[in-house]
Amino acid sequence: MSIEKYNFSEKNILQFDTSKHQLAIVTQGLQVYYGDKHALIDGDLEFERYRITSLIGASGSGKSTYLRSLNRMNDNVAKVEGKILYRGLDVNSSMINVYEMRKHIGMVFQRPNPFSKSIKSNITFALKEQGLKDKKKLDEIVELSLKDAALWDEVKDDLDKSAWSLSGGQQQRLCIARTIAMKPDILLLDEPASALDPISTSKIEETLVELKKRYTIIIVTHNMQQASRISDYTAFFHMGHILEYGKTKNVFTTPQIKATNDYISGNFG
Amino acid sequence: MKTKLQNKIALNIIRIIAALVVLILLFLLGDILISGVPHISWHFLTSASQSFESGGGIGVQLFNSIYLLLLTLIISFPISLGAGIFLSEYAPKNLFTSIVRMAIEVLSSLPSVVVGLFGFLLFVVQFQMGFSILSGAIALTFFNLPLLTRNIEESLRAVPDLQREAGMSLGLSKWRTVMRVILPEALPGIVTGVVLGAGRVFGEAAALIYTAGQSATNIDFGNWNPFNAASPLNLMRPAETLAVHIWKINSEGVMPDASAVSAGASAVLIIVVLLFNIFARIIGNSLYRKLTATK
Repeated sequence: MSIEKYNFSEKNILQFDTSKHQLAIVTQGLQVYYGDKHALIDGDLEFERYRITSLIGASGSGKSTYLRSLNRMNDNVAKVEGKILYRGLDVNSSMINVYEMRKHIGMVFQRPNPFSKSIKSNITFALKEQGLKDKKKLDEIVELSLKDAALWDEVKDDLDKSAWSLSGGQQQRLCIARTIAMKPDILLLDEPASALDPISTSKIEETLVELKKRYTIIIVTHNMQQASRISDYTAFFHMGHILEYGKTKNVFTTPQIKATNDYISGNFG
Repeated sequence: MKTKLQNKIALNIIRIIAALVVLILLFLLGDILISGVPHISWHFLTSASQSFESGGGIGVQLFNSIYLLLLTLIISFPISLGAGIFLSEYAPKNLFTSIVRMAIEVLSSLPSVVVGLFGFLLFVVQFQMGFSILSGAIALTFFNLPLLTRNIEESLRAVPDLQREAGMSLGLSKWRTVMRVILPEALPGIVTGVVLGAGRVFGEAAALIYTAGQSATNIDFGNWNPFNAASPLNLMRPAETLAVHIWKINSEGVMPDASAVSAGASAVLIIVVLLFNIFARIIGNSLYRKLTATK
């Protein structure tokens, strides 16, 4: 089946009434270029605080590119233009201390990437780099963040074992624990469950639903069931354009844009 | 059936070739050890060499070889580490980087005798450093640098990019990520490279004949003041190494037991290189375990 041509000027993007909703992060006119390729065109999205927002779309639609721009992980590979507003600051400005910013906007990647260190050091490592030396405090953070990531009960007796001795799903939850140990505001997840089995996936999903009480979560996913299960809002990406953004229920049941409807009903992607 | 047969034949040919390589190595090692080991004694390992009488040892040469190797590593390792980190983590793809890479390749293909003569002309003659351990160590650094740099670069490159992203996403600077995440993971590869380089350096003769010299001056093992000419640690004294000693005995040795001394010295050379290999591996592995918590 050939991909239909859609009219990219036809969009349906939700905008929040800021007197009722608190925004965590906002992008305005975000453009991303890989060399000559314009990979993301006019990215305008607002993310509500303490909610889970899913970014869906086919491979190459620009959703991962968009996500990675939010904490400047694309700096060395792409040219990013436009505004990323976080707490009144433009994250995309050259004045921003990216290392400091990434402590506030953490990221979990597609494939689990724990450090080749012990389970405990995986969590304490970055904290120690920041100068936190108090052992009691560090132990406390290790326990809390492992509990938050729903991993504590499985590893509490093996904290000194290598992180590579864990299963893939446990490694991914360790990576989540490692990220929330930094106490970020926003958690960016790039297809965190795509390399995992269904049981591990559902554990990650439960963890995320629990975590949204204290964190704003933005998640890229290929799995539309996952998006509809856990997220409050959903944005649909297609060929570098964000075509539809709204409440997850609305996007999945009554999409306003033809491309969204075709994608959700499985006509392409 | 035909495919199966072809596969069998190919497999057996590969087996024979592999066995041949192992056999040649075993034959070489065996020959050197069998003819050399009977001459090794405590006296042989510790006493000074004799030029005209029999009964000389290789004590000074053995010490010189080890000292020279250590000095070479002390000079070349930090430089290689810096260059390796630059090439693997920071170097942009531009003219400068390709010039650096080409320079390293040219340097690694230089014959060691050319390195030795260059060291002789520049350090021994021009800088008036004379035949000295320091001249030798610098010449060996030229010899060792390209290999070690290439090895460190490849070991760092072999660490997956996911690890770099993990470090960066936690707010670590690139430099800290390299030092605390990437380098520990690359350590076993780096240690292997250092050992291989050390083996080459330990057995090198041609680059040393005109730099560290061919004379083993009597040194006083009770005197550890590096500024005293008789001290083993003195950097400016000429220092014949084990490999140079073997070469000299075989080309102009006049002592009655020349062939026995040569055989014994060769065996010692090989044993030391083997020991160095084993120890470095043990140290490298335990360091890796300690840094990465793998049991």
